[in-house]
Amino acid sequence: MKTYYDPEDLKKFGKIGEFQKPLADKFFDYYGEVFAEGALTAREKSLIALAVSHTVQCPYCIDAYTVDTLEKGCTEAEMMEAVHVAAAIRGGASLVHGVQMMNKVKELSM
Amino acid sequence: MKSLHALHHQLSDTETQIEILEEGVGQKLGLPFFQRKMRDAGLFPLKPTTLEILQLNLGKMCNQVCKHCHVDAGPDRKEIMTRETMEQCLRALAESDIPTVDLTGGAPEMNPNFRWFVEQCHALGRHVMVRCNLTIIVANPKYHDLPEFYRDHGVEVVSSLPFYNADKTDRQRGTGVFKDSVRALKMLNAVGYGMEGTGLVLNLVYNPAGAFMPASQETLKRQFKRVLRDEFEIEFNDLYAITNIPISRYLDYLISSGNFEGYMEKLVNSFNPIAAEGVMCRNTISVGWDGYLFDCDFNQMLELPVATPAHQHIRDFNAKALAEREIVLNQHCYGCTAGSGSSCGGTTA
Repeated sequence: MKTYYDPEDLKKFGKIGEFQKPLADKFFDYYGEVFAEGALTAREKSLIALAVSHTVQCPYCIDAYTVDTLEKGCTEAEMMEAVHVAAAIRGGASLVHGVQMMNKVKELSM
Repeated sequence: MKSLHALHHQLSDTETQIEILEEGVGQKLGLPFFQRKMRDAGLFPLKPTTLEILQLNLGKMCNQVCKHCHVDAGPDRKEIMTRETMEQCLRALAESDIPTVDLTGGAPEMNPNFRWFVEQCHALGRHVMVRCNLTIIVANPKYHDLPEFYRDHGVEVVSSLPFYNADKTDRQRGTGVFKDSVRALKMLNAVGYGMEGTGLVLNLVYNPAGAFMPASQETLKRQFKRVLRDEFEIEFNDLYAITNIPISRYLDYLISSGNFEGYMEKLVNSFNPIAAEGVMCRNTISVGWDGYLFDCDFNQMLELPVATPAHQHIRDFNAKALAEREIVLNQHCYGCTAGSGSSCGGTTA
């Protein structure tokens, strides 16, 4: 193993069951159902997945859901806006903790 | 931009294309042969169903040079169907009961005998479809009345529009193509095409602007309808989602962008036996600009003629021999059988 991440490994995801089949089968069944058309369209779910991929910073997921959103007919603008949603939530999550800091400052200050 | 043909590019040679599709570039591709896949699906040898469409390439000349063009068409292509060959096509139509004539190119309207030929097909009572690239309508004043001409002859118009915005469309089809396409679509709408109750059919064709598969046809249709209506006040009937076939200029794009192996793998892994059952080569015969016969437009561009040695030209048209033929298959056929399938009429599964 020369690198931790290899794009070729993405193709092997389906073989994860080689070491533990029943759980892998359950996971992939669940995964398939999650992404099927439902109350949300498959297209909307794909954009959510793209945003989450950037939040968890998973290169496999970013690769897979960039292709998937393109194949769902999404525009580059929609895809980037989804990434901005992830960035805004991540940034906001840090910033909102500033309230804790402010609370503590006020607790300690005269 | 010039055609591969004009550039004397290695991919303008069809044998080179076939070799690359079978063997790969540099590294061995190692993908299963399409024929084997079809045998496993119980579809080999692949036989025709009923001949419903005679598709004619009226010439490789085009006013556009699209990056994905499987015909390698463009203004520098001079191959054009002669009136004599058209007369042979009309004889074949008159002697058979093929209901639909599908005219393609290049830009078929650039053939000097285009209008005469449409009139003759119309007089024979055949349904005529024209694969109009839209921009030809606004390219020159002599084409401005095409919408009226189509309307007067009951022509069904099928037009490529790879996306509902300028960015993606122009990247694939050339700068300014989206703007001109919108203008042409409005002209078609103005004479009744795509409008409810007129019976004048305007269908759009989507194909991916890159090395990926098309979205679901229904989803795309809904999006196209919404955006084209809301932003451009354009109406159309149906939308066909088509997979790009890895030949000619699209093959060149795949290789030069480093996407060839991945795209081929994806097509193979997405092989769908149900889509394979409905491939268009089963109900279509494709006629080249020079009158030679092929199982489909893609086989035509790869110079793989129909497997009926005594009847390979429209002057020797023999419906019975063609009905009994075996369809010629090769690795590019994976493009028509992947996912929901792909044909000149959209998905097949």
